[in-house]
Amino acid sequence: MASGNTIENGALAPEDEAALAELLASADGPLRIAGGGTRPIGRPVRGRVLTTRRLSGVSLYEPGALTLVVGAGTPLAEVEALLAAEGQRLPFEPMDHRGLLGTTGEPTIGGVAAANVSGPRRVRAGACRDFLLGVRFVDGTGTVVRSGGRVMKNVTGYDLVRLMAGSFGTLGVLTEVAFKVLPAPELAATLAFEGLDLREAVLLMTRALASPWEVSGAAHVPGADGTFRTLLRLEGFADSVHYRAGRLAERLSGFGAPETDTEPASVAATWREVRDVGPFHEREGDVWRISVKGTDAPEVAERFPEASFMFDWGGGLVWALVPPGTELRARLDGIPGHATLVRADATTRERIAPFPPEPAAVATLSEGLRRKFDPRGILNPGLMT
Amino acid sequence: MHIPPADPKILARRDRIVAALRAALPEGAVIDDPAETRAYECDALTAYRCPPMAVTLPSSTEEVSRIMRICHDEGVPVVPRGSGTSLAGGALPTADSVVIGVSRLNKVLETDLDNRFIRVEAGRTNLSITKAVEAEGFFYAPDPSSQLACAIAGNIGMNSGGAHCLKYGVTTNNLLGVRMVLADGTIVELGGPMMDAPGLDLLGVVCGSEGQLGIVTEATLRILPRPEGARPVLVGFSSNEVAGACVADIIKAGILPVAIEFMDRPCIRATEAFAHAGYPDCEALLIVEVEGSPDEIDHQIGLIRQIATLHDPVEFREARSEEEAARIWLGRKSAFGAVGQINDYICLDGTIPVSELPRVLAGIRRLAEHYELEVANVFHAGDGNMHPLILFNANEPGELAKAEAMGADILRLCVEVGGCLTGEHGVGVEKRDLMDAQFTPADLEAQMRVKDVFDPKWILNPAKVFPLEASASHRRAAA
Ligand SMILES: Cc1cc2nc3c(=O)[nH]c(=O)nc-3n(C[C@H](O)[C@H](O)[C@H](O)COP(=O)(O)OP(=O)(O)OC[C@H]3O[C@@H](n4cnc5c(N)ncnc54)[C@H](O)[C@@H]3O)c2cc1C
Repeated sequence: MASGNTIENGALAPEDEAALAELLASADGPLRIAGGGTRPIGRPVRGRVLTTRRLSGVSLYEPGALTLVVGAGTPLAEVEALLAAEGQRLPFEPMDHRGLLGTTGEPTIGGVAAANVSGPRRVRAGACRDFLLGVRFVDGTGTVVRSGGRVMKNVTGYDLVRLMAGSFGTLGVLTEVAFKVLPAPELAATLAFEGLDLREAVLLMTRALASPWEVSGAAHVPGADGTFRTLLRLEGFADSVHYRAGRLAERLSGFGAPETDTEPASVAATWREVRDVGPFHEREGDVWRISVKGTDAPEVAERFPEASFMFDWGGGLVWALVPPGTELRARLDGIPGHATLVRADATTRERIAPFPPEPAAVATLSEGLRRKFDPRGILNPGLMT
Repeated sequence: MHIPPADPKILARRDRIVAALRAALPEGAVIDDPAETRAYECDALTAYRCPPMAVTLPSSTEEVSRIMRICHDEGVPVVPRGSGTSLAGGALPTADSVVIGVSRLNKVLETDLDNRFIRVEAGRTNLSITKAVEAEGFFYAPDPSSQLACAIAGNIGMNSGGAHCLKYGVTTNNLLGVRMVLADGTIVELGGPMMDAPGLDLLGVVCGSEGQLGIVTEATLRILPRPEGARPVLVGFSSNEVAGACVADIIKAGILPVAIEFMDRPCIRATEAFAHAGYPDCEALLIVEVEGSPDEIDHQIGLIRQIATLHDPVEFREARSEEEAARIWLGRKSAFGAVGQINDYICLDGTIPVSELPRVLAGIRRLAEHYELEVANVFHAGDGNMHPLILFNANEPGELAKAEAMGADILRLCVEVGGCLTGEHGVGVEKRDLMDAQFTPADLEAQMRVKDVFDPKWILNPAKVFPLEASASHRRAAA
């Protein structure tokens, strides 16, 4: 065991980047890369657990430059608290997977980047990958690589930052990430419409998102009693939010009068429930995440009468709860998009590919990249296949 | 700037290669008459020129695929080209290369307002994307100053930005998918109209890869609803430092302007002489544009006024009409042209942390004194993307080299303070040999591995991006 590589609860826990590099260079078997271990998504991986937990701490936070650089193992909660103290936040609203996946532990910021985790604000602000400015990582040969940096605009060399975002630890182990952050708004409001069927709801969300009023969330969500509410979110300066809420209600009056909520705690709770797919917590079944054109959401729902659904991103993100072992993909034929099996037991995730199978030419490229960055196949082998 | 010499073995097979291209393409799609290939000898970095062996102008993805297959089999270098407005020499040919120009690929293929995307062929110009959807109240956000001419293909190649990127992001943040021809002629689709794509983010790495990973033939782009209105203010300051501090305070206050543009005194003087926009005579000025309804705009401008007042502005000018707004933008928009009237210039594109603005501006001033050259600064201050214009006289022997040396020093300074060599123009040939100021050998190695995977023969856009010594072993292995 190299110095600086302690073991925590049986997991390898390098204390800095150099120790991690040494560990990977000399590794002789597959490794399961984990941050807080709260997002066990993908094919089950066999191998020793390697956690980034100790690669933690803030290297730089400049509120005036909207820039944050932190160790990959830094708990997300710490990052969010730090930003909140300056009235700022991660704009892409990363989902917390613990409730849905039944995991415990502390989500890390590196895990957010590695899984490209975004939330309802994706429709307006962008995804995690859009705010990631730079990364440092150690590849499967133990080499330290940097890409991007800390500045807002950077086209110097190939964009390995985006390549790393969403690569689920299969190309390298992130050690440090730099994000662009944004000011938190003065006020947020939820406009809730009741009693719409899915087609009406999608139409409403489509109209809202095509308006100039900067809707930062558009979801169609079942409540405890199973009836759906259609939710829109507005954020910004207080006067502006009130103005836009009025204009939206006016334009959408054909769908009924919305109830407007501006109470900070309840607005936050409403969107946390959407972000974390609250309606499916502690319910039996497999959970699929289906990405389609928003207007195709009703078609998706019609094909699965046995499923429960929740819709985010104006219909573009469909969460489906289906009986265990359902081969959902085959029944989506003809609808452009893709589906990821996010929650299922290990046997199901062995049998059904959790990540969407890629066309041959694309798979060759992905496979080629993995072989270059991880020639011995030790980093989460097979996880994305 | 060293460009590897043309491969005599390829030149010897010239006739055969051109004949194969002619046979594969419709009449008029292959140009090899030296009088005509001259039109493709450079892009907007005109200091470097080299006519290619041949130029092809395909009209479909399938034609691009046929060209690529021939060039791949023959081992011929290929230079992708959009409109040739690159400022980095990104579309500079080599003498043994075939240019693939995508200007004939210019159709709109699909407009979907409900799902807020447009699918176009990649040769279509940037501005014409917005033109295609503006009647319905939408626009395409990235707006390079060259938007009338530059193609989406080139925007993707360079991951281009523009003044509005502070709020809306650059090309990569607005690109949903591409159709692309790989080096061996295979056609692939990456991404699509959905808001995310599965698997590794290959689209993300293709965007900004400067034509070295494939030929983009179609693009799916996010379009946005147009805001109700927009209005700029102009604020003059007595020093660069104070203007820089004001930028940071505006951003911290939670206002998200669409644009914050900066001009220093030499630039203000040059544009005043040229465009007569009526700018105040001061050390530095900011143009800040905000969006929304009239009330929302008033509110944001009120906040900006409060913040600016704390920095003792020498002038605070608010546009009260369309005409006044146009006057505020007039000087900024004519800045490059104005400077070009009085001098030749090199336009740099380094990006720095906003907090380092005063220090870097002071450093640039020192370098200007040292090299005895003048510099005018005009740039996107909100995101730290600087455009120092180094003025020189091209007719004076040695002046270009001196200006280039000074440019390199400025870019090294940008890297030193935590920034980068290029924020939106790309590396091309221009900054190729400076790459090791920013990257370690291992960093560059990692990027070149991506190139190895997409283009195992290293035929796409040769001699760009990577220092030749750094890429030598990869090119040898590929040959
Ligand atoms: C006056 C002026 C103002 C400018 N202002 C800005 C600005 O505000 N912001 C900004 O970002 N840039 C600006 N530029 C730079 C330039 O316009 C951009 O880089 C633009 O995106 C280039 O587009 P193009 O179609 O001309 O591409 P080209 O110059 O033809 O090519 C650019 C790069 O893309 C590659 N490429 C071209 N087509 C393809 C394809 N089909 N597939 C793969 N790769 C391809 C080329 O090989 C090359 O590396 C400006 C340039 C000028 C002359």
